[in-house]
Amino acid sequence: MAGDPASIDRLDILVFCTLRNEIARLPGFLAHHRALGVRRFLIVDNASTDGSADFLADQGDVILWRAEASYRLARFGMDWINHLLARYGQGHWCLTLDADERLVYPYWQTRPLSALTEWLESQGREAFGAMMLDLYPKGPLSAGGGLEWFDAGNYVIQRKPGLNCLWLQGGPRARAFFADKPRQAPTLTKIPLVRWHWRYAYHNATHSLLPPRLNAVYDKGELTSGLLLHDKFRPLVLDKSAEEKFRRAHFGRPEDFDPYYDSLIADPELWHPHSTRLTGSWRQLEALGLMSRGGWV
Amino acid sequence: MTVGFVLLCHQSLGRAAQVAAHLAERDCPVVVHVDTRVSAADRGAFAEKLKGLANVRVISRQACEWGTWSIVQATLDAAGVMLRDFPGVGHVFLASGSCLPLRPVQALRDYLGQRPDTDFIESVTTEDVGWTVGGLDIERFTLRFPVSWRKHRRLFDTYVRLQRRVGFRRRIPQAITPHLGSQWWCLTRDTLAAILEADDRPEIDRYFRRVWIPDESYFQTLARRYARRIESRSLTLSKFDVHGRPHLFYDDHLQLLRRSDCFVARKIWPGAGALYTAFLSDDPGQGAHGEPNPGKIDRLFAKATERRVKGRTGLYMQSRFPRPDRVNARTAAPYAVLQGLDVLFADFEGWLSRLTGSRVHGRLFGAERAAFAGGEQVFNGGLSDSPILRDYNPQAFLANLIWNTRGERQIFQFAPQDNLAILPFVATDPQAYMAVVSGAWAIPLAMQAVRPDADFVALRREAALLQRQETEALDLLSQPTSKARLRHWSLVEFLERAQDHLQLVVDEISPGTARRLTDMPQMVDLTPLPQFLQALRNEGMQPVLAGDLGDLEALIQGGEKRGRLRVAK
Repeated sequence: MAGDPASIDRLDILVFCTLRNEIARLPGFLAHHRALGVRRFLIVDNASTDGSADFLADQGDVILWRAEASYRLARFGMDWINHLLARYGQGHWCLTLDADERLVYPYWQTRPLSALTEWLESQGREAFGAMMLDLYPKGPLSAGGGLEWFDAGNYVIQRKPGLNCLWLQGGPRARAFFADKPRQAPTLTKIPLVRWHWRYAYHNATHSLLPPRLNAVYDKGELTSGLLLHDKFRPLVLDKSAEEKFRRAHFGRPEDFDPYYDSLIADPELWHPHSTRLTGSWRQLEALGLMSRGGWV
Repeated sequence: MTVGFVLLCHQSLGRAAQVAAHLAERDCPVVVHVDTRVSAADRGAFAEKLKGLANVRVISRQACEWGTWSIVQATLDAAGVMLRDFPGVGHVFLASGSCLPLRPVQALRDYLGQRPDTDFIESVTTEDVGWTVGGLDIERFTLRFPVSWRKHRRLFDTYVRLQRRVGFRRRIPQAITPHLGSQWWCLTRDTLAAILEADDRPEIDRYFRRVWIPDESYFQTLARRYARRIESRSLTLSKFDVHGRPHLFYDDHLQLLRRSDCFVARKIWPGAGALYTAFLSDDPGQGAHGEPNPGKIDRLFAKATERRVKGRTGLYMQSRFPRPDRVNARTAAPYAVLQGLDVLFADFEGWLSRLTGSRVHGRLFGAERAAFAGGEQVFNGGLSDSPILRDYNPQAFLANLIWNTRGERQIFQFAPQDNLAILPFVATDPQAYMAVVSGAWAIPLAMQAVRPDADFVALRREAALLQRQETEALDLLSQPTSKARLRHWSLVEFLERAQDHLQLVVDEISPGTARRLTDMPQMVDLTPLPQFLQALRNEGMQPVLAGDLGDLEALIQGGEKRGRLRVAK
């Protein structure tokens, strides 16, 4: 372990993350969320072999735990995260992310996260939804083009009554890898930002929470919401897919994902003539209806 | 004369001190009331920051709870100090610690100097007020409110209901006529002094102690007693959300605030450093600086409220997912679904697209694929032509298609063999227009039937299936709950006046573009049809949806003779 949890201030916004071999993404990941005003990163390193752990241990704002148990045993890292949240999250706004996710929200370039969380509190909200938006390059993944393209309008939503949550799917992965079995396409629902209470728990990754009322991040009008820009489809995803297929780390039925990893290893092109290019302005993403400022002006 | 500021503070005292110092250094006396619930250490630090300024007074007498008399009492206390200690003050401006002056102090002084007798206070009779949250207006003055609304909402509401039921009413003092308005005002010395020094003030104060939210009625009512000239508006720009909570202003509102030409804005987010830097200066910034003009800000906030409450029509996303039966329009824009025309006319889609300039798709819900215009495999927004993806959630597919092409009318073909699961959605969508020529599905079958290798048994089975499906579709579309506009002709009815009916469809799907159809599309050869339908009948099926068979035969033969139907050979 590195870093001291006692250094956490009562008002700090905290990031929680488990990761393995993310050295290429970590500097950008930390820089983006630091710029939003995150004060402490609570990270579990799952036996990285690429220097991720040493890099993290050198950061002044990272509190690091090293875990050796297999990812699978700890139910996709969620057990660790739930444990850390219960231990250190109480009363804080907690942002739970993977290392390939970057949170954006309305006005994010001009208003820090604390402005958002104060707004949410003023509205009586405890949780904030941010759908995962897969970014991809133009050209085959191996060519390493910039991750600046996305699908603007092919997302499908169903209500899951028991959990009071929405089940979002779609995007380039559903289109390119799950066109013949859309039910198995990845879940894009994410509720990463929660004002934590020790009674709360993530139920299924960061897709849903208990108690179910926390999942009501939508209504008949528009609630304020953000996006997790998913920085997955870099060339190294090809190697990682081979490794993940081998490690079978996904919870549920890992073999369901074999064709998905096979498609990824085959180095596809996700770009199409109707792909939308990120302009960098949150207003673009809001105008497209991917996220909403709700009543926040 | 100058203007004095009364500042009510209970949080972000650092910012409040900054504003107070800014004003005091520019010869505006300031009296600050700090909530007694602020810790002694914080109060001390605050007073320390303003220590060197001779024209600042800091008092701390009331614990100000929202909606209660304590706020009025704190205001009266501070105003009393202001009148007593600063005789040079001609107007007193009431603001909070999270307010920010938007224009140089001198501009405000000039403005008030030109209007020495005018009181700026929003003051509206209870009948005319339109903004009270919770519906309490005149009842604020006639009921009792002994419990906190914020802490015990349920009890508060119950007690209000009880008083209504038993018909309880407080007596309003004779001397006053209740008025309501924004808490934030700017009063002349004379009016304020008259209110503070009134002979009957003990009685008036006793009455207002039990009025609900007196900070929005005490001065607003009493100013009416004494003022020479009231301008019923606040010089403070403040906006409220749907819950009645004040909106905050952030750094990115800088230009908006500057162009508003308002004197003071509330509330400012304490972290909005750029706003404090920009406005706590003597730089007048750009702009004409005439009368305050909050119109643009008003519109922005009105739009935000509408987005929050209603949302964007036809959008389904992570934070907007209305129950389908609770929305009016299910999609974002009008669209048209045409059934039967694409088999009756050759290259119908191309013809219609050229005529209307709209995007005309093929059969979007066909079994093989979603036939996007131009044969695209991936359409706007990344919609795939895969029928499996589409049929996984056909409603989302259609809603996405219409959303993704906002501003451009969509038209697509439909047929009884397509995925009927979309029809209940279309039928209940007022954005939908559907034109059906029933029985037209028999035309391609009839053409196949005349081929030497035709398998009539299979064609008959197919015909029976399509007839069943089309009947089901028409049933769905003509339910009483249906909101789509439906035009339905049997094939015979349509053929009787094909050009007129086609003209009607074109007019209805592209309104505002009155075009006479000069170039009719080519109709396919219908000669094999009567014989095919007769053969179906002979095999025991009753083809009903096309219309009367005898009429059809007469139309096809007569049509050729009279030249009414142009038939492609």
